[in-house]
Formats: sequence, C-alpha cells, structure tokens
Amino acid sequence: MEVPLSWLKDYVRLTLEPEALAARLTFAGLEVENITSVGLPALPGRGSDGLAWDPEKIVVGEVREVMPHPNADRLVLCRLFDGLTEHTVLTGASNLFPYKGLGPLAQPLKVAYAREGATLYDGHAPGRVLTTLKRMKIRGVESSSMICSEKELGLSEEHEGVMILEADAPTGAPLVGVLGDHVFSVKINPNMARAASLIGIAREVAALTGQKLRQPSYTLRGSGKPLRGWLRIEMRRPDLNPRFTAALIREVKIGPSPEWMQRRLRRAGMRPINNVVDITNYVMLETGQPLHAFDWEVLTRRAGAGPVVIHTRLAEAGERLTTLDGVERTLEDYMILVCDSRGALSIAGVMGGAESEVTQGTTSILLEGAAWDFISIRRAVQALRLPSEASYRFSRGVHPAMTVRAVARAASLMAKECLGVVARDVVDAYPRKAPRVTVDLPLARVAALLGTPIAEREIVRILERLEFRVDVRAAAPAGRGRRSSQTRAPRVLRVSVPDHRLDIGPGVIGQADLIEEIARVYGYERIPEAQLATLLPPQRDNPGLEREEAVRDLLVQAGLQEVITYRFTSPEREAQLDPAGAALARSQYVQIANPIGPDRSVLRRSLLSSVMEVAARQAGQRPRVAAFEIGPEFHPTGEGLPEEPLRIAIVLSGLREPAHWSSPAAAPMDFYDLKGILEVLTQGLHVGETTLAETPHPSFHPGKCASLSAGGRAMGVLGELHPAVAQRFGFAQPVLAADLDLQALLDGIPPRFTVTAIPGVPPVLEDVALIVAEEVPAGRVMEVMHTAGGPLLREVRLFDVYRGAQAGEGKKSLAFSLTYQAEDRTLTDGEVAQLRLGIIHALEEQLGARIRSGA
Amino acid sequence: MAEPIEAMREAALRALDEVRSSESLAAWRVAHLGRHSPLMNFLGDLGSLSASERPAAGRAANQAKQALEAALSVKEEALRAQNLERALASEKLDLTLPGRPPQRGRLHPSSQVLRRILAIWSEMGFQVYRSREVESDEFNFQLLNFPPHHPARDMQDTFYTTRPGVILRTHTSPGQVRVMRERCPEPIRVVLPGMCFRYEQVTARAEAQFYQVEGLAVGAGITLANLKATLADFARRMFGASVRVRFRADYFPFTEPSAEMDIECFICGGSGCPVCKRSGWLEILGAGMVHPIVLHNGGYDPRRYSGFAFGMGPERIAMLRHGITDIRAFWANDPRFLEQF
Repeated sequence: MEVPLSWLKDYVRLTLEPEALAARLTFAGLEVENITSVGLPALPGRGSDGLAWDPEKIVVGEVREVMPHPNADRLVLCRLFDGLTEHTVLTGASNLFPYKGLGPLAQPLKVAYAREGATLYDGHAPGRVLTTLKRMKIRGVESSSMICSEKELGLSEEHEGVMILEADAPTGAPLVGVLGDHVFSVKINPNMARAASLIGIAREVAALTGQKLRQPSYTLRGSGKPLRGWLRIEMRRPDLNPRFTAALIREVKIGPSPEWMQRRLRRAGMRPINNVVDITNYVMLETGQPLHAFDWEVLTRRAGAGPVVIHTRLAEAGERLTTLDGVERTLEDYMILVCDSRGALSIAGVMGGAESEVTQGTTSILLEGAAWDFISIRRAVQALRLPSEASYRFSRGVHPAMTVRAVARAASLMAKECLGVVARDVVDAYPRKAPRVTVDLPLARVAALLGTPIAEREIVRILERLEFRVDVRAAAPAGRGRRSSQTRAPRVLRVSVPDHRLDIGPGVIGQADLIEEIARVYGYERIPEAQLATLLPPQRDNPGLEREEAVRDLLVQAGLQEVITYRFTSPEREAQLDPAGAALARSQYVQIANPIGPDRSVLRRSLLSSVMEVAARQAGQRPRVAAFEIGPEFHPTGEGLPEEPLRIAIVLSGLREPAHWSSPAAAPMDFYDLKGILEVLTQGLHVGETTLAETPHPSFHPGKCASLSAGGRAMGVLGELHPAVAQRFGFAQPVLAADLDLQALLDGIPPRFTVTAIPGVPPVLEDVALIVAEEVPAGRVMEVMHTAGGPLLREVRLFDVYRGAQAGEGKKSLAFSLTYQAEDRTLTDGEVAQLRLGIIHALEEQLGARIRSGA
Repeated sequence: MAEPIEAMREAALRALDEVRSSESLAAWRVAHLGRHSPLMNFLGDLGSLSASERPAAGRAANQAKQALEAALSVKEEALRAQNLERALASEKLDLTLPGRPPQRGRLHPSSQVLRRILAIWSEMGFQVYRSREVESDEFNFQLLNFPPHHPARDMQDTFYTTRPGVILRTHTSPGQVRVMRERCPEPIRVVLPGMCFRYEQVTARAEAQFYQVEGLAVGAGITLANLKATLADFARRMFGASVRVRFRADYFPFTEPSAEMDIECFICGGSGCPVCKRSGWLEILGAGMVHPIVLHNGGYDPRRYSGFAFGMGPERIAMLRHGITDIRAFWANDPRFLEQF
C-alpha cells in the first residue's frame, strides 16, 4: 500500500524522520519496502523517481492576469507575482487560455513558478530529461522563468496545462514545502488487513510513537428527505453479507474532484475518475472500507412505481452480468451478488455492473457500504481475475462496524465536493452483529511465551494504544489451596477487541494473538536472548540419511559430478529413453493441474531421463561428462498420495581423460568405467558380493546391459544406452548409464563389517597366462581358479586380455597375477607347485584352457 | 731418492689442479696413479734399489701415493658437487604449464550448503526429519492454520495435481505436523530439509522448485527469547562469530508471534552495498512461536507446551555467500557453474 506522509499527517503527528518512522513500522511488522520522495531529495539508499525541487528557485506564484501574446495565438503572457516582484511569464498552457483577456483576476491562480536556473524535466521531451531554465527569447518576448506543468515537476505525465494549486497556497513559499512529500510503500501481511488504510497505518504510528490518533468525523449530517421508505434491503445469506449500509445523496454535480484529492489519490496509486468515484476511493484509502456508488435514478427506474428493493444472494452457476468494464461475465455459485427486483446489479466486493454505473449525467447517488465474507470475495476475485483496491481489502476482511463510518464520511465529502444533498438517514441492515471478542490474558502467560517479564503497566499501555479495552483483574484462585499473604494473586487482563479488527481469536489463540501485538510494539529487540533450557528429546539414529550421504560421497570420490534437476517433466520428454520414443500414458504420472509450461506438466517417473537431459547439455561444454543424481521419482497410486521412491541415476560419456599438454586424450569411456564406479560404490557400502546378469532393457544396448544385484538383492540396471536412445538425446558417442534403486542399496548395507588381518609372512606371487575360447567369460576363469586354489589362493588379478594371431581364431589370452598366502607360515616351493598344478588342471579340464606361461 | 718422488708428487698435484671435468680426472688417474705412471713404475722398481735405500724410498713412494689418492678423492667429490650443481641449474621447470587435473567429482552446491546448515543444526541438537514432497492440502495448509481460500494462501502460490486435495508442498512445514504426531508427547528438536515448490514464473530471482530447511523445537517452557538465542547462535556459526542479527515482526500463519531474522550484511559489513540494497542487513530466515492451532493439530496441548519454528533457503544463502545473481543456475547444472564449487 502506498502511504503519502503528507496525507498520513492528517491523522497522527509524525514525530520521527521518514527513515526512522519506516524502521519503526518495519520492525513492528509493517514492512516499508520503499520510500519515494516527491519534490524532496531522495533519501540515501532509496531510489526516487522524482526530482528535488530547489526551494529557492521553485516557488508558489500567483497569476494575477492572463494576457494575449502580441505575436502568437497559442501562447499567453501572465502577470505573475512570486512573493517578491511581478514578472511577465510566457506559457502555452491550455488551461490558462480561458482567463485570457479577462483583465486582473479577482481570485489569482496559484501555480508552481520556476525561476531562471531551476532544474526541471523537459516538458516537451519524451520520458524524463533534466533541463535547466535559461534566459531566451520566444517570439520576440524575453523569457527566463516558467509556470510548471506536472510533467516538468516530475509528478505525472500531464503537460497540456500547468498545475493549479489550492487557493490557500502561500505565495512565494518554496513549492517543496507545499507539495513535497515522502510516500511509503508498505507491505501489508494478511494478519494486518486492518492496516490497509491511511487511518490503519496512522493507528500503528500512533501506537508505536506514543501519539494520538485523530479520526475524521463519522457522523452523518444530512438535511435531505429521508431514504427510509424508498429503499429496502434484504439479505438472503447474512452469514456472507452481515451488513449492508446505504446512504442517498441527491442533486450531485458530477465533475472532476478537487486538486488536493486527485493528488492524494495519485500518490496513493489510484487514477482520479470523477468526484463521486474519487470520493468512494478516497474514503476507502482513508478508512479501509470499500464503497460502491450506484446511479439512484437507474435503480428507481428499474423499480418502477414501488420502493427500490436491494437483495443480496449467491449467484446461480452460469448466471451472467455485464460489469462496468463492459465485459459480460459468467458467474459461479459461490459469488455474492447485489441485486434489485430486476436482477443483478453488481458482483459484491468485486466489481459493479455496467447499467447502474455513475455517469456524467448522474444526479443522485446511492452509496453502498457493505460487509462481505472475505473467503467468498477472495474466491470470486481469483476466479474472475479481477484484482482491485476494493477486492484486495474485502478479500482480507473488513470489520462490519466500518460500513456506517465510511458511508457517513463519504456522504459528507459528497455534500461538500459534489454539492449534493445528503438524505438525513441511512438504511442500515445489520442482522448479524459481529461478536465482540474478549480474551482473558494471564500476565504470566505473556512472560512464559516471550521469555521475559514485561511490566503490567507497559502491557496495558501497548494494548490501549492499539484501542483494545483492558480490564485488569486478579485470577480466580486455583482450587482452595492456601496462598501465602506475600504472593499476590496472578493477574489476568480481560482484553476487549476494538471493532476495526477481525484478527483476534478466542481463548488460547487470542492469547497468542495478543502476545504478538504486545511483542511487536514492545519491540523484538528488547527481548533478551536465552539459551534453550528444556529437556533434550530422546536421540534417534538416522541411517537413511547417513547412508544416502555415504552414497553421495562415494560417487563424488569416484569422480562424478552431482546434479539436481527439476522434478517436473513431460511424458514426451521421458519418452526419449525409449528407442521408439513411445511415451507412457499421462495417467501413469502425477499430473500438475496448473503447470508453468507443457514441458513441465507432470512429475518425473524417471530420474535417469532428467540426468540424461543434463548430461546432453553438459556434453556440449565438456569432453567428459560424468554425472549423477539422487532423488525421488513419483508414481501415482490408486488413491491418495503417490509413491516417492528414491533412485540413483548415473550417466557417463566422452573421454576417460581429456587431452592434456603432456599426453593425448585417453579413449572414450566404456562399460567398464561404469562398472568400476559401481564396484567402488558397492564395495564402499559393503553390500556384499555384486553380480551382473545379462538382462535386456529397452533403453539399453542389448549386448551391453546388465542387471546389478548385490548380496542377493536386485539393485537396478546398468549398461551402454541403446544407440537410438543416445541419439535422441543428441549423443554421437556411446553413453553409459545406471538406474539404481537407492532404497535397495541402502537396505543391503550391513550394520557393521569386519576387517581381515594382514598376514605377517610374505606371500608368493606368480603370473599365469592362458588361452581360452572367446565365449568363456573371464569371471568363470577366476571362479575355477578360486575353487581349485582354495583359501591359500588369496587373490587373482586379471592384468591382460589379448586377442590375435598368437591366441588363435576364436580364442583369447588372459593373463593373471596370482597371490598365494597362508596366514601362519611361508609356503614352500613344493606347496606352491602343488597349488599351481591343481589350478592348471582344473582350467584345462573344465574350460579347455591352454596354458601359455607361468606354469 | 726423495727428490724424484717429491717431484712426481708435486707434478701430479699441479696437474690435478688443472683438472676440470670427470674425463680429465680419469686421464689424470691413469697418468699419475695408473699402472704405468711414474710413481707406480718407481714402486715396481724398488727391487732394483739397495736394501739400505729400499725402506726409505718405499715409505716415501707410498706416502706420495696416499697423498695423491686423497687428493683424488677430494677432487672427485668437488667435481661431483660441481656436476650436481650444474645439473640442478639446468633442470628448470616451466611453472606456468597447467597441472595434470585428477578427474574429481563434486557435490551440487545446494547439497554443499545444505550439509553445512544441517551439520550446524545437528551440533546444536536438531536432528534431520524428512517427509514427502507431494502432500495433501490438509498437511500443507489446513493443519498449519491456512484454512481453505484464506488470504494467507496468497503468500504461497501452489502447484496442484489433477487429484483433488493433492498438491506439491510449498514448504517443508507439513513435516512439522507429521513429526509432532509421530513423537508426541516427547520434546522435539528437528530440522526438516527438502525440496519445495511454488507456482511462480521462473526468473533470476524466483524458482518454481527450491530447497528449504525448517526447524522445529517443541517442549514445555520454550520462549521467544529461546528462539532468538538459538537463531542468533546459528547465524554466528554459519556466518561468523561476530555477525550481528536483528529480529523484525512478520507474519506466517503457522507461527505467532512471527519474526524475520536479518543478519548484518557480510559483504559490506553493514555499511550498505547493492547486495543488501544499501540497508546493511540481509534477510536470512523467517521464524516464530508455533501457533497454538498447529501445536494442537500436532497433538500437543498449547496450554502446556510451546515451541518455535524457523525456515531458510539454502539457495538464497548460497547466492549471498557466493555472489550468485541468477537462481536459475542451480537447476541448469551447467558445468561452468558447478565446477566453481
């Protein structure tokens, strides 16, 4: 909300400088997000969209006579007094033309007068261009000063005419003293709805600075014929419309509202329309109660002979109304309507109807001040997408007590500014009185929640400044226990909530509400810091988190970059993982009802798909891509909330090691790079023996894909992606990927693992090279060696695989390094020879191996 | 007899003085200590001397030989040192050639800052509690004192799913009610990290998906003064022991009184800079005393128990600490961004 301090001053004395006041409000929960200077220098650190008016050079002048220009029809000469001397000032302002040739004016016009050397905006240049007034000749007439338009002063874009000030502006006074201002932009939180008005803010300022709040008169002073008898109000849903207050103002003259009101409206961010509409807006900004003005003639015409009957009700679904913006709107059954006997007149709290709108020809105004259920208004505003200053306030809640005050205030302004005659009564339907909320607040409770005692006097003063009524009493003694004569009875405040606010609840909630009021006015900074002294909760282990973090660390240690991607995707994006590009049905997904874009319309079912998209982008930046993500996938269930299984996705592609000045680039990564990473992971987690089993998967290369299991549990799939899939993501080179079930992996981690002692005696090492048929897997060879070698064969390490002429067609040569080791003694040559022989026999017999060396 | 030996010795030592390299030293050794050197020849010819001359001549010749051998080893050592020095002087690296980079992995910056935040809270006795990302309207809003259609909901634009009542959590606060219901009536000190979602246009300053870390303490006699001390302690751990904090009144439906905590801008030290918008302070977290309705919904009697809650955004903290100006960098996963952490 925009709060001009020049306006705020009407209701409270401002004792603090603007920055200090802004800080006080901000700390009390009304954040001043910005301070705009009007005519005044910008405050340090605050942007200003205006211009600082030099107090010496820009002053209030009075135009005493407007004379024709000897050489130009479109210019006039003004005889102007600036408080010191008279000047002849040249201007082309169209709003001075009507005064041309009238001779000396009985009522001089007050204007903003800029002397030579004043800095202003150039009125003729588009946008805001600073210029300094210099002496020059225009059409033969010397000119060094000027009468300013709003644009030249940086107040608006208006440049057709010059700005006319109120008649009581003191001639010769610096303009900045008359029109200079600071405007606060105040953020109003939902619990501060009562402060969405000048008086609301003023009340806070008064409470925070110890000043008195001055409210305007809310007494209706009407002399016209009564309204009673001409208007009847019926509420079908008093729960949604607890109060409807109407006043009638006859014989109004529609025209522009006075300058001062227009200026205030503009500074508060509203556009002036005409005097009637401006007054309803002005009073809304002032009091927080939105008002609506109907053309009374239209209502009586529609009513025919009888009295006007206004009734309020819920709309029927599909009912239509043309609102005053000319749009025909289809209504929903939760929207409240203001109707007469002929049908809907306006959407309550949201927008008036076109037919009963105030026009230039309107002569009588029916002023509506009503209270609406804020939830219904909020729903209607959101559905119709019609935010306005009025609906903003109604959708946050306005106390029903406000209606009569605002109606009376607006009626008296209309009497004055529209020359209207106010009917001497209001018609006020208030079938459902707002309950008067009273809260019993034990003083001990305040100290117990804030952690510091605040004196009773101070608490009472804070609440009373906020217009609570406070009655201090002693609590009823608890039970019949004896009380020492020294201890005073616990004190309780009986607090009555003032009738401008709806945010204080009953009972224990109301106590918290009041304690918040006390704390924020008292000042959070005055509450000391105190360490938690309460009981520590029972401590629990957190294996899920610790193990997940261990997985992250192992993958990072293996050289992978962690990525975090959007949970949002689309079935089409995930279809890229299918070689044929087939998407799953949307119903298989958790679907977003209000997606930010079609490509983010569902929650992902495939973490791998998300990581692949990132990897594809990274491949454009780096020769080696090695990325992983740990995160949830989302699988809808029959009913209720979806499953959110955690998975791990790993993607590798590109060079094993990028080229370096000391060595050429290494080969591209292949399946075994990925397998090595998974071995690091499973070994690091101690999940037990891992095995890979050939398992087809549509996303993967049929010959380079395996399912991973560890300790007998299925953990997921890994391999080289199907070339068609890699290509869909834009990869020309092979892509290795793993898609693992994090929970299965974590479940496989044993609570502890044991370490094998290192033998104190030396091992015997030897190499064995052998030739086997191509289809014999290396793993099988090692298995046979281990079986034959028994526990004394401590380790078998494959260090070479050779295919070629020396191995023979359809064969391969495998070279192993074997470690023989007994725990308690050095093996003799004889023992080793025996072992070796047994191993070689087993290899020859079971695998048809031919030994090349080492035996 | 002594004269020729003395002459030989002196000639040899003079020649040794001239030696400058290992090669000429080898030649010198052949010439003066070799089998055919004058000294060796002399020693070999000792037999031709008379028995009376022989002992003295032998002694003198052997002494000369020892002296030459000693001088040789000194020379050898000197030459070795000289050669090493020359070699060291010539073996100079180009220090500006790029190092050989190991293939290193990294945690995502959000994970890094999240870990740091959680580590601090864990040392302060707050354990991690995690809960689901797709939530019910009931847990995300209603139980946290956001009634249906309440204006407070405007503060958290929501992603809805096509299933009525099922939404993407807008904050990790639903975990507050979940943990309270699970642990009631035990005292509680937990932090709740996790991904949250807001229906917002993605810009440099706003993301549709972001991490949040919330904290919750519930027990008997917990006060706003405790909240202040605990959060100030966190700030001192996270941002430096000397950092100053301040608390402002604010509004969250699920806490009352509610507060916003600012820390003194660690970029300008409080003197005002573009990052703190010249205020000298940075908004770092929201907090408050748990609302009685929320306590009640968690199973705790608000007349007997109280508590505080707070929430912060790891990405915002990372942005402030590292001068990141565009929040979209986090989920874009560009290696040029990630590799800077």
